[in-house]
Amino acid sequence: MARNLTELQRQYNSSASQGKNGAPPMGGPGRGPGRGGPGRGPMEKSKPKNTKNTIKRLFKYVEKYKFHILFVAFCMLVSTVTNLIGSFMLAPIINKITFHVAPGIASKLSITEKISDYAIDGFKNALFGGVEKALGGDARAEVFAYILSAITILISVYLIGVIATYLQQRIMISVSQGSLEAIRNDLFAKMQKLPVSFFDNNPTGEVMSRFTNDVDNIGIMLDNSLISLISGTVTLVGTLVFMITTNWILTLITVIFVPIFMRLGVWIASKSRKYYKGQQEALGAVNGYIEETVTGQKVVKVFNHEEDSVDEFLLLNDDLRGKQFKAQFYGGVMGPIMNNTSNISYAFTLGIGGILICTGNMNPGSLTVFAQYSKQFSFPINNISQQMTTVFSALAGAERVFGIIDMEEEPADIENAVSVPKMQGHVILEDVSFGYVPEKLVLKNISLYAKPGQKIAFVGSTGAGKTTVTNLLNRFYDIESGKITIDGIDIKDMKMSELRQNIAMVLQDTHLFTGTVMENIRYGRLDATDEEVIAAAKTASAHSFIMRLEKGYDTVLEGDGANLSQGQRQLLNIARAAISKAPILVLDEATSSVDTRTERHIEHGMDRLMRDRTTFVIAHRLSTVRNANAIMVLENGVIVERGDHDDLLQQKGRYYELYTGKKELD
Amino acid sequence: MKRWLSYAKPYKLYFILGPLLMIVEVIGEVLMPMFLGQILNAAANGSLNTTKCIIFICLMVLTALMMMVGGVGGAYFGTKASVNYAADVRSDVYKKIQKFSFANIDKFSTGSLVTRLTNDVTQVQNFVNTLLRMCMRSPGMFIGALVMAINLRPGLSWIFAISVPILAVVIGLIIKFSFPRFGIMQEKVDKLNSTVQESITNVRVVKSFVREDHETEKFTKANANLKNSGISAMKIMILTGPFMTLFMNITIAAIIWFGAQHVMGSQNAMPPGDLSQFITYANQILHSLMMLSMMFIMSSRAIASGKRISEVLDEKVDISDETSSHKDKTVTDGNIEFRNVTFRYYKNSEDSVLEKINLTIPAGKTVGIIGSTGCGKTTLVSLIPRLYDTDEGEVLVDGINVKEYSLKNLREGVGMVLQKNVLFSGTIEDNLKWGDEDASTEEIVSAASSAQANDFIMSFKDGYKTELEQGGVNVSGGQKQRLCIARALLKKPKILILDDSTSAVDTATEAKIRETFKGSLKDSTKIIIAQRIMSVMDADMIVVMNDGQITGVGTHNELMQTNTEYREIYASQMESKEKEA
Repeated sequence: MARNLTELQRQYNSSASQGKNGAPPMGGPGRGPGRGGPGRGPMEKSKPKNTKNTIKRLFKYVEKYKFHILFVAFCMLVSTVTNLIGSFMLAPIINKITFHVAPGIASKLSITEKISDYAIDGFKNALFGGVEKALGGDARAEVFAYILSAITILISVYLIGVIATYLQQRIMISVSQGSLEAIRNDLFAKMQKLPVSFFDNNPTGEVMSRFTNDVDNIGIMLDNSLISLISGTVTLVGTLVFMITTNWILTLITVIFVPIFMRLGVWIASKSRKYYKGQQEALGAVNGYIEETVTGQKVVKVFNHEEDSVDEFLLLNDDLRGKQFKAQFYGGVMGPIMNNTSNISYAFTLGIGGILICTGNMNPGSLTVFAQYSKQFSFPINNISQQMTTVFSALAGAERVFGIIDMEEEPADIENAVSVPKMQGHVILEDVSFGYVPEKLVLKNISLYAKPGQKIAFVGSTGAGKTTVTNLLNRFYDIESGKITIDGIDIKDMKMSELRQNIAMVLQDTHLFTGTVMENIRYGRLDATDEEVIAAAKTASAHSFIMRLEKGYDTVLEGDGANLSQGQRQLLNIARAAISKAPILVLDEATSSVDTRTERHIEHGMDRLMRDRTTFVIAHRLSTVRNANAIMVLENGVIVERGDHDDLLQQKGRYYELYTGKKELD
Repeated sequence: MKRWLSYAKPYKLYFILGPLLMIVEVIGEVLMPMFLGQILNAAANGSLNTTKCIIFICLMVLTALMMMVGGVGGAYFGTKASVNYAADVRSDVYKKIQKFSFANIDKFSTGSLVTRLTNDVTQVQNFVNTLLRMCMRSPGMFIGALVMAINLRPGLSWIFAISVPILAVVIGLIIKFSFPRFGIMQEKVDKLNSTVQESITNVRVVKSFVREDHETEKFTKANANLKNSGISAMKIMILTGPFMTLFMNITIAAIIWFGAQHVMGSQNAMPPGDLSQFITYANQILHSLMMLSMMFIMSSRAIASGKRISEVLDEKVDISDETSSHKDKTVTDGNIEFRNVTFRYYKNSEDSVLEKINLTIPAGKTVGIIGSTGCGKTTLVSLIPRLYDTDEGEVLVDGINVKEYSLKNLREGVGMVLQKNVLFSGTIEDNLKWGDEDASTEEIVSAASSAQANDFIMSFKDGYKTELEQGGVNVSGGQKQRLCIARALLKKPKILILDDSTSAVDTATEAKIRETFKGSLKDSTKIIIAQRIMSVMDADMIVVMNDGQITGVGTHNELMQTNTEYREIYASQMESKEKEA
């Protein structure tokens, strides 16, 4: 029974991509939570496609901080230069001490060393002349005064550098956090303007990852990469300048190693990237398997299937073990290999430097500093190549974020859109056809007329197009052909917000918001008073169970109201619709999870709710549509029968079959 | 802690070799500055010559190569260790979850179990990996450099005795103050994410009530909160770098100052090269300290994850058959008896879900259970295959307490179709075979036919080989339910329980399914929980439940006479229909 590895990999790895590329869903909110679990499927770290444009747009977000950034750049320059000077200061100090104890040693100074020596000397004479005298005024005292002067300069330079570094980081945090905030705000505001079809076609997890992964990656880039890249480059150039002015032979040796570094880095990176992909796929399969079987754990138990599950899991887990090792090993050797290549270059620098000292072409101070430089030199190269990966994934993320921001919004109101703040509820569908994809019509030539206060019901099997009808009324989707009018006005000519405000919907998938019960009901009309909320709850027969909650109306619902039963959540949804004063009401399987006795119990409330409203009802239980003014039987997008309950029963057609239980209603 | 060590045991060799080789690298690291010192010293006393330099180069290249071997080897064994370690933890957690009872699963919720198995295990793995690579490195470097420095010039090392504690305290303070702020920031991140998630899943509600602006406003607030808490946390954290730089350089300045006195001292003078060497050690000591502090930051996350994993591994599985006395016994007839059964989901709560239930179901009968939502129907039948254990009283199957069966045999004998049922990725055939691994094609087709599923399965292009995507999003609700029934039928159970599992199937098809039970499951006990009275009307026995108690048992006709509640339910569904007739 237990499947083999290849089969498992195929099933648990491909399903994610299938979900993404599959046909668009049949409308309706019935999409379960997507399989967007952690580490699921290969990571989307593709290379950005339109880099230039993306950078330009990213730049727009930081543009308003341009003075901040200029200042940051200045600070960065200061801190990098002070660092270079700081480490260079060791040279004159070491020289001074060495020349004092070993007068015979070569003492040829490079130009930079001469300058710094001169500066320290000058500073010493100006400030520490007294100290020199106090120490005895001899050569030894001179050395100490010199060191004191150098140390003072050293610490002052570092102090400046440190202040610059702090300022630079502190400002950059505000810049990057502020830019991220702006990006997120834009993204969210845009999402609110996207049509429902966007959310139907993109799994929640996918959209969420724009907010989490992609924006995070941009943040990492703003926080680290930019600074690292720039300061890395400055350090590289600065170090090179100091190196050349100090000793060109040793500089040459260090530089010769650069291409070796690059090659090695690229080689290891490409290896690790290759295995990384394998690891991500294996991890995706393991996580997919975990997600599915743990979520279905109860079924696993009922079928005594625990051992098989463990066997299959172990197969996948062992596969992951092998692939993960390869990926992480290649990731892990990057450090030691690069470091020690740099150590080899260091070895040659020191050794040849020693020879240069012997030949009198170099002084000991230079060598000390040079040794440090040659280590410093490889660091920015490594760092820059690492940061490039971050930059690429950030740009790819930014591109996806902008992709959403660029998406087509819901159609704007036409010019001179008709304002109908309060509608009567004459709803007419005239020859309406619609398909989620143009070539496949879901509704064909639907015509119907609902007078204010009438109740129109839709029945039919899954995929017949019932929910689609409701999607069209409030323009979640726009119709292909035909016309929908309310109070004689084409809905396309109305102000969208007014149209929707006039239609209250209660959907099958009960969605609540984190917040109190009171707030959730009030969502239907924000200015409703507490009394109105309670009245609405009573209409929906929700009042009694709400009162039994720990804090009544102030009970906080969390995680989509997980602490309530499905039936109770549906009642809250009904209350939310009840509080809105919309003249048109759409009930899409609104009471499907309420048991029949409770349903009967709330019938009065529902009747009251529907009395003055034009109501469209989609119901699974035919008992709930019985008293409708007109029942539409939909089949394959076409109304095959229409009439009231009695008419339809007499017709002995499709409705009769459904009602007497001869056909499946699903 | 003991647990976490025990996972390392099978990979002892890797766990020892990894850090050991890392130490080789560290040794090289502290040797390197020595060469610089030697060269400078030789230069100072005039003994430096080209041959000596070439020897130095060779020695240093050798050291570098040794370090490379150490580093690569360390990475090899370290990775081997951490990958295997994590894989073992993962499979243990998975195995443990497979042993969980329903109550255990309910306690954690499946979502949180998934996170623990995925994210948390990854956290621990990353930590072990870093631990093996860095943790040996940093203390190794710290100790190595310190020893070398003391050895080199004991008279100068007192400087470390001052600077190291100060540095440690300041870094500690920074961590202490920024940590809680990062905690707050994480909360804001969660809050922001849940706002986004809600607005995505509730998009139809948002749009239909025209609340886009309201949502945007809510988000903007959460977003600003996140930004501010982020700034307030990082503001402190970024003090580390500048402080470290400054402090390191003050230390170095001190070393130079006091070192110069040693170099120019009248007796026991320090060679100038040693001063350079000493400075390098100072850098290494302070750097390793910084690395250590990073380790602490990382460990706090890993510890939190480790705790969450431990919770799963430590969870006491409350249903087991270890002490069962009739492990060999299988369910042969299908007699069921509830004796004084009381059950609560929350053991310390007063409210019981089932209160003193007594009920006898003879083998081979069809029993309907009906009652409003939340009255305890599902709980009652869950006690039969021991998905939950009773708190008081006992459940007997074929005269033996269910606790005395082996779980395997008991559940083999009881087929149950759950209310919240799921199918798994794989073909229809794969899924049906869950009922019986060795089922022949004929048996599968026959079970599917009994569940009225064969026709629609055959209407698919690939028939029984059709792949069910993501647990069956490509079949309708009614089809899914029938597949689940077929899966249970393949078990050929002595007791079959259908928990509201035909709600999406039309009444005619449902009647057909029930009809086939009379043939293929003639001798089995069939328990049907239903909302629709039609589904249970012709059962041999109907149990009416209300609020955790049985209010009536009898046939349809009997109950219509004696049970008001049954009449009410009947009326709510049938009244009008009868009027029509």
